[in-house]
Amino acid sequence: MSKFLEWVDRRFPLTKTWNEHLAEYYAPKNFNFWYYFGSLAMLVLVIQIVTGIFLTMHYNPDAETAFASVEYIMRDVPWGWLIRYLHAIGGSAFFVVVYLHMFRGLLYGSHREPRELVWLLGCVIFVVLMAESFMGYLLPWGNMSFWGAQVIISLFGAIPFVGEGLAEWVRGDFVVSDATLKRFFAFHVAAVPLILAGLVYLHIVALHRVGSNNPDGIEIKKNKDADGVPKDGIPFHPYYSVKDLVGVVVFLIIYLAIVFFLPEFFGLFLEKDNFLPADPLQTPADIVPLWYFTPYYSILRATTESLMWFVRGLIVLSVVVAFVRTSKPTAKGIAALVGAGFFIGAFIFTPKFWGVVLMGFSIVALFLLPWLDQSPVRSIRYRGWMYKTALAVFVFSFVILGYMGMHNPDHVSLFIFKNVVWAQICTITYALFFILMPLYSVWDRTKPEPERVNFK
Amino acid sequence: MAEDRVDKHRRRFLTVVTTGVGAVGAVAAVVPFVGSMSPSARAKAAGAPVEVDISKLQPGQMLREEWRGKPIFIVKRTSEMLDTLDGVQGELLDPASDAGQQPGYVDMGTRSLKPHLLVLVGICTHLGCAPVEKFAMGAESGLGEDWPGGFFCPCHGSKFDLAGRVYKGVPAPSNLVVPPHRFKTDTMIVVGEDPEGVA
Repeated sequence: MSKFLEWVDRRFPLTKTWNEHLAEYYAPKNFNFWYYFGSLAMLVLVIQIVTGIFLTMHYNPDAETAFASVEYIMRDVPWGWLIRYLHAIGGSAFFVVVYLHMFRGLLYGSHREPRELVWLLGCVIFVVLMAESFMGYLLPWGNMSFWGAQVIISLFGAIPFVGEGLAEWVRGDFVVSDATLKRFFAFHVAAVPLILAGLVYLHIVALHRVGSNNPDGIEIKKNKDADGVPKDGIPFHPYYSVKDLVGVVVFLIIYLAIVFFLPEFFGLFLEKDNFLPADPLQTPADIVPLWYFTPYYSILRATTESLMWFVRGLIVLSVVVAFVRTSKPTAKGIAALVGAGFFIGAFIFTPKFWGVVLMGFSIVALFLLPWLDQSPVRSIRYRGWMYKTALAVFVFSFVILGYMGMHNPDHVSLFIFKNVVWAQICTITYALFFILMPLYSVWDRTKPEPERVNFK
Repeated sequence: MAEDRVDKHRRRFLTVVTTGVGAVGAVAAVVPFVGSMSPSARAKAAGAPVEVDISKLQPGQMLREEWRGKPIFIVKRTSEMLDTLDGVQGELLDPASDAGQQPGYVDMGTRSLKPHLLVLVGICTHLGCAPVEKFAMGAESGLGEDWPGGFFCPCHGSKFDLAGRVYKGVPAPSNLVVPPHRFKTDTMIVVGEDPEGVA
């Protein structure tokens, strides 16, 4: 065996790779619950790829037969129902896991220096994942698939001047049609998964360059023993590979329980309108995207004429924050110029266009987090009440936005206010979390970080 | 070899030129791929005009047809329905239809060639849903006591009057589109073609 390994190692860095990324990759020994979701995201990616490959063996990317072929998979293909449910529920599971994975970053400051690239690559993965899931959702060719795609592609139409042509180019037709279905199929099964796999690879390479963060948010590489091994580090394999297996088992129990007993998950994972075939002449009574898109959809719908004064206010506030936090005259000049541009734009362009812009910014803001966050400490354990409050408000806003995105904006689903008003309030608080971060992350009274990690 | 020295200037020039030509080639190679995603000749051909027989359309009723894959609404408006058009003007975003959502040859007041026959593209100008007809007046429509009849988009609540003109304070930014159309005979409408004699 060792002779063979030597033979391989002379031709391919097998042992070196194994050690660098597993057996001698030292991860902090204080990982907690929140550190399961990275490896779980990888697991779901594998599940999606495997089930997806088997689905393509029976699925027809054709507007005439797509819906029927999904029913065929469900009824006639041996185990087809299981493979399809694993894939459909897997899509939702992916976002559950990824949202928790990202929240972990906000808790322990995993986006902070020197992990900016890990965070940025993660954000790109998130955006690509949204594209992947959006295109996959068209494939069953149900009525919600059709109209969901119709609405989201129409968003491109809101871009001044080039919008309509761009929307036509994306659809390949004047409306969502067979051409759209076929290209979404191509992107969903070939192009985007390749990109996704590449990005995940880069995400991990970047992580292993800088090392994992931990719940205390301190650098374990500062305390090394005589062999150069971090005193607070333990080899990823076997310690965390085995620990992650526990997470995998718990995850699979919950995931499979939903697959077997609640595949629709109260209309959240499979929407009732999607059990009807696509009908280009009949819009469903309520167009609702899948739950993981509803927060952004809510922001889109919340942007009406009455929100525009608040949007202008937020633009001014952003410039003020930039002025307070920077002393360089050029930076101030750029901030003033960009802010003025946006401010004037807020009078020229329609709320429909601004809805698309705000929806875009709600994601772009995540990319800026490593630089908006100026706190001297990383982990929430050593931050003060300001960040804790801000994070709680942010999570609350995100959840309420998600909830309002599933309900008719004109109704009152929570209390007192119409749903659209709740969505508007939460759009503003969502924005404030990011806009005010350069201030409160500095003003916050932090506790001193420990020398070594806490692990008991 | 005495001529062995490196001509750095020449080397840099060749590198820049080679990279430049390569970049031009790469961009040129993208053109057919990007182009292939535009609507195909077949999709454009499917945009051919459609003829609609309206001889059986009753006053106050609506026909749904398909043109370019889009729903087309053909409404035979009664005189009472036409009478509501002036009354709602104050509540409309663009009552005079200035935004060019209709061909120049239709009457701007009724947004139609013949006042009683309204032809619309049944796609909400907000995000492309299909509005539903709510011709009943008042509370019966489910849109409140004052509703004079019109169209309602179930997706995001945009409202339009009986000429497809958008109300103020709803998400849709403009009136419903009136497609090019002409009367072949009194009971035959061609959607997708301008009337003869109009350039």
